[in-house]
Amino acid sequence: MTDVIDILLSATFWAAVIRIASPLIFATMGELICERAGVLNLGIEGIMVIGAFTGWITVYAGMPLWFGVGAAMGAGMLFGLLHATLTVPFGLSQHVVGLGVTLLATSTSYFAYRLILPEVTSPPKITPFAEWAIPGLSDIPGLGPALFTQTPLTYAAFVVAGVTAIILYRTPLGLALRAVGENPSAAASQGLSVTALRMGAVIVGSGLMAVGGAFLTLSAFSSFFFEMVNGRGWICIALVVFGAWKPGKAVLGALLFAAFDALQVRLQQTPIGAVLPYQLFLAMPFLLSILALILMSRRAEVPAALMQPFNKGER
Amino acid sequence: MTSDASGAQPDLRPDVLHPDVLHLDRITKRFGPLLANDAISLTLKQGEVIALLGENGAGKTTLMNILFGHYTADAGSVTAFGKPLPPGNPRAALAAGIGMVHQHFTLADNLTVTENILLGTRSLWSPGLNLGAAADRIAALSRDFGLAVNPAARVGALSVGERQRVEILKALYRDARILILDEPTAVLTPQETEALFQTLRRAVALGLSIVFISHKLHEVMGVADRCLVLRHGKLVGEVATANTDRHALAAMMVGAEIAPPALSPATPGPALIRFANVSTPDQGAVPGLKRITLDLRAGQITGLAGVSGNGQGALSDLLSGLAVPSSGEISLGSTPVTNWSPRAAIHAGIARIPEDRHKTGTIADFSLTENAILERYGEAPYSRKGWMNWRAARDFTTHVIATHDIRCPGPEARIRLLSGGNMQKLILGRVLEPGPKIILANQPVRGLDIGAITYVQKRLIAARDAGAAILLISEDLDEIIEMSDLIHVLSAGRLSPAFARGEKTPAELGLWMAGQGFDMETSRAA
Repeated sequence: MTDVIDILLSATFWAAVIRIASPLIFATMGELICERAGVLNLGIEGIMVIGAFTGWITVYAGMPLWFGVGAAMGAGMLFGLLHATLTVPFGLSQHVVGLGVTLLATSTSYFAYRLILPEVTSPPKITPFAEWAIPGLSDIPGLGPALFTQTPLTYAAFVVAGVTAIILYRTPLGLALRAVGENPSAAASQGLSVTALRMGAVIVGSGLMAVGGAFLTLSAFSSFFFEMVNGRGWICIALVVFGAWKPGKAVLGALLFAAFDALQVRLQQTPIGAVLPYQLFLAMPFLLSILALILMSRRAEVPAALMQPFNKGER
Repeated sequence: MTSDASGAQPDLRPDVLHPDVLHLDRITKRFGPLLANDAISLTLKQGEVIALLGENGAGKTTLMNILFGHYTADAGSVTAFGKPLPPGNPRAALAAGIGMVHQHFTLADNLTVTENILLGTRSLWSPGLNLGAAADRIAALSRDFGLAVNPAARVGALSVGERQRVEILKALYRDARILILDEPTAVLTPQETEALFQTLRRAVALGLSIVFISHKLHEVMGVADRCLVLRHGKLVGEVATANTDRHALAAMMVGAEIAPPALSPATPGPALIRFANVSTPDQGAVPGLKRITLDLRAGQITGLAGVSGNGQGALSDLLSGLAVPSSGEISLGSTPVTNWSPRAAIHAGIARIPEDRHKTGTIADFSLTENAILERYGEAPYSRKGWMNWRAARDFTTHVIATHDIRCPGPEARIRLLSGGNMQKLILGRVLEPGPKIILANQPVRGLDIGAITYVQKRLIAARDAGAAILLISEDLDEIIEMSDLIHVLSAGRLSPAFARGEKTPAELGLWMAGQGFDMETSRAA
């Protein structure tokens, strides 16, 4: 028990929580935007992979880091366009299209990796984003250095969450997005284009997912390797439910999951870790997340038109 | 319905100031082989209420959807306030001052009243919503038009009547000068309907023009200046309301005189099924039953009036065996059946005409034959020793098709191809042929046209005369009053005392439907 308290009191633990949560926040906001507009985007896992790969290969080719972020976002948006075209105007099954996009994006990334780097055994490294201490805030005693000495992409993740919340709740665009996810006929009867709004949401949301993936290669680790996204996309889908489709609660969910993750890594190094098999620790964040999901999501209100294609003029 | 709600407002209605505000010129629309609108022309004058009448499928809603830009007409044109309206563009219709209140509300439940009204009124790229100013304007409009609603409430928490007011406010907020109301009274209590008519009279007094789509003729007579009747996509008649009556309009709608079914006095027998102090749990916002006691007697139609969502579903599920009560007892004759199952209910001879014939009454992609034996496929003669006997099933279906005059390609056709009336006739045949003792008729004529309604009602009355106990559940008060020997009102899960038909006026019933006028705890008249 004292081990756990020691871990929770260490500044490095909290710095790790913020860092681990960052990619999840990007991708969760992306998924949340899609789902609020009524489209379940199961392409998230693959879009994160293509984001991680595109960001990394762009920087490896000699471009600046921010250029890599932009390229990742562009790649994500392209796959988002594919997903949106198939699910919105064509109204195909969102499950099948989403899983298809995940498979396609993942294998495209791996294929391109082998095409570009046929000979290498260990992936080459790039120089990732450096930590950037916010003047003033990072000098606050206690958690100041931990929370405010992060890479720029981490700050960007929290800014994106804030902007998402403001757009959703404070602008006509957000109002329209929430309406098309709840009752598309209501939006259509007010002269809004359900197709355009939903496609836009899926494309922008996919772009954010890809930036979440790019965080892994450009901020967290310094190279790209297979299986590095490792189910984070699926976690984000659960986080959207956990957050009851609200950006603020979803960020809290991402932080909670990150805390479990950071805790299990540290617990492995304590005396308990010497006794229990390490796989148990690896499974812990997922088990705790399922538990939290059960407790939190019972009263959540799902967007009523989620996964329902909309056909104008259908009788 | 002659009182003028606006009091001192000048009456602009007949022959005073009435430039044409809307003109539809030879609108034609086809859906595949179906000619939904056949060269329909109509003119609406300022300050006028016109009623668009017609059976289901006569083309009323199609015509209004063309006007509002949801559909594009194959031929013809629309002129609003002297300017041609571009086809297929709801935004242009809104901009031209046309507001539509749809039969199925187009509101998003997760948004507030203000947010729903604001939806689409601002450019998507404008930075803020400015909810405060909008709420003020909505409050002013609610005052002017008598549309009481809380702008900050979530639409999901509102009653049906309140939602309709939001729909009207939505149109008024966009400065609509022409209001189109599609079957606006279908789901309202008589009081809510009267309040709606007050609002409409105020709107007309303020210079708006109204198209009122309905099939409830007495309402039409009360509110419209002029009636236009559609039949099979054609405009078959246009009369001033003052120069016609309900029977003439009904004949025009159907194309022939139809005699309404006559209900002779009942000779009630013993109680076939009794509910004693039965309660069911609340389902979210929908109340469960609260200690209701009800006997269904042989040879009697018991009508259950009330706005949907007041416990009708729970009672219907109990009688169908789909749910069991949390307390209280149900007995069939002297046998307790409190914890029975749907299968047991079927075996006990309960004929179930479910509320939603598409969702729970039939399986759309099954054939008529499969649907006809859906409740009894496991019994002889339809199956023996685990093997289906399709010949017996087809014979039964052919018999049902013949006796109930079901228009269909044949017993092997998929049931989704049938019209609502024919689908309902199959359900009727399925449950009535075995000669049931107890019949649950939940909204048996909803959405049907007059011919099918008359047929279903005649069959129910015949079953009553043969000794069946019938529970008739309907939101349509007129239907309950016409068809019931004994009437109860269900409000917030509580059952009113029973009274014979003709004993209470629709207005008194309306008060009961709103939960006033009878003692809630004891179910005794106050």
